[in-house]
Amino acid sequence: MNQNRNLFFGLIMVGFSAGTALLSVLWTPYDPLEINPDVSLAKPSWSHLLGTDVLGRDVLSNLLVGSRTTLITAFLVVIIAMAMGVTAGISTALLPKRVSRAAIYAIDIVLALPAVLFAIVLAAIYGPSTFTAVIAIGVATSAAVAQVTRREVTVILNSDYVVAARACNSSKTRVVLRHILPNIRASLFVQASGAAAIAILAESTLSYLGLGTTPPAPSWGRMLASSQQYLIIDPIVALWPGLAIIVTVLGFNLLGDGLRESLDPTLRKSRS
Amino acid sequence: MFFLLRTLPGDLASLKLGVDANPEALTQVRQEFGLDQSLVAQYIEWISDAARGDLGVSMLTGADISQEILNKATVTLPLIGLASVLAILFAVPLGMYSALNFRNRRGIGVSAASQLGIAIPTFWVGVILITIFSVKFQILPSGGFPDEGWSSWVICLESLILPSTTLALGQGAILMRFARSATIDVIQQDFFRTARSTGLSRSQALRIHGIRNAIVPVISVLGVQIATLIVGAIIVESVFSLPGIGQMLLQDVGIRDYTKVQGTVAATTAAVFFVSFLIDAIIALINPKARTSQ
Repeated sequence: MNQNRNLFFGLIMVGFSAGTALLSVLWTPYDPLEINPDVSLAKPSWSHLLGTDVLGRDVLSNLLVGSRTTLITAFLVVIIAMAMGVTAGISTALLPKRVSRAAIYAIDIVLALPAVLFAIVLAAIYGPSTFTAVIAIGVATSAAVAQVTRREVTVILNSDYVVAARACNSSKTRVVLRHILPNIRASLFVQASGAAAIAILAESTLSYLGLGTTPPAPSWGRMLASSQQYLIIDPIVALWPGLAIIVTVLGFNLLGDGLRESLDPTLRKSRS
Repeated sequence: MFFLLRTLPGDLASLKLGVDANPEALTQVRQEFGLDQSLVAQYIEWISDAARGDLGVSMLTGADISQEILNKATVTLPLIGLASVLAILFAVPLGMYSALNFRNRRGIGVSAASQLGIAIPTFWVGVILITIFSVKFQILPSGGFPDEGWSSWVICLESLILPSTTLALGQGAILMRFARSATIDVIQQDFFRTARSTGLSRSQALRIHGIRNAIVPVISVLGVQIATLIVGAIIVESVFSLPGIGQMLLQDVGIRDYTKVQGTVAATTAAVFFVSFLIDAIIALINPKARTSQ
């Protein structure tokens, strides 16, 4: 019951965010960047469903486009993190101990380095942009992926069927393609989902600090930062981008939990 | 990190003096900061100074970096300390509660709340707290810190209440999950069943055997989380405009004061290592099992 519930709500939330992102490509109620001082900080109404910000920009339009920015960033981060993490994880498990030890140390160091701190340093060097944010978050998240992947691959490498395959003169490449990848596929989906959640939180944090998505492109983090200055006049504007972030991050987290529980039969009975 | 910061495009000396500075002045500045030496030589000099606690001077303002970090730490350290204490204080009881009720609705409700707490961005919690307590009820300051520092400690504490609560909520949500699974583990142990069979009630047995065992993983997670806690402090300082290390770091990134960014990041990393060492020591004190292993 429980795993279905996690998966179900996760899918709905992620689907909702993806749907709004797709919608923003086709249609937004207003041009998100259109400035209209006449309706500055308007309350929600039929013409502006979620109201307007201080420059009179439509909040709903900005949220929709921001959802696209967020999901594209998350997608890129997941690709970087998975590509680097899975490669590093599989190769450190396969290579002889002497060679892989240095790589494992490197992974541990990156693991201790929080994505946001790394992004701050990168932003100091190359100037803040979505690109530096994506690279920083991707590299930082890949360490966790590498660690989990390495652990799972090590278990599989010691299993009887891999020993048998090796005895039948299968090459290492063949073992990786035929035995390892199919066996860790489920866990990869779970990790990708978790990485997406981390990426969205980190990206919105960086944008809030002014180190992520650069203006004027709409982003949830920056919408929050600008609304904070007008809390006294209009606190409701600060509500929407926060809710958007929560729904998306919670969605990906639940999706990950749900996937883990439904793909791994041993987890079905124990724990929540 | 050092090489990353030094091999960047652009000349540090011309950055300090502006693009149209005259060549003699540029050479002089390069000599002053040792930029004419090789990268490795620069690194060795910097790291040996850093080991003695001297992080050099700011490239742009000439201020002593170690001194400035120490000044700012009087805001950041109390913030982090207060937040950790608050996080433990609400995470452990709630985690235990949800573990004891893990089959019924209240327990599931509490763990759902922790799931939600992990998904909520720190800065948003901050903004919401400001809206409620500063804008609506006007009982707590929305940000800032007294200039005269801790000599007026009441105002200082007041201005740290909201920031540390913000930091504690996000951190506590993570800690709670660990407290919960640790408690579930304890309840299923043999010694717990024995304690119950001697006639102790569930809460009595938990008080005697549970808390000690459940708090160990929580504290060790806090040790792993210390880096996240520092990042959280950077965010929270920015939300509440507290003049701490995080805000200084962000400003230095903005004006591209590389020597200072480098010094601050190095000091932060050192602090992270020191704290994880300290946490290991604390765990050895609480948990006799950890003393023999390792």
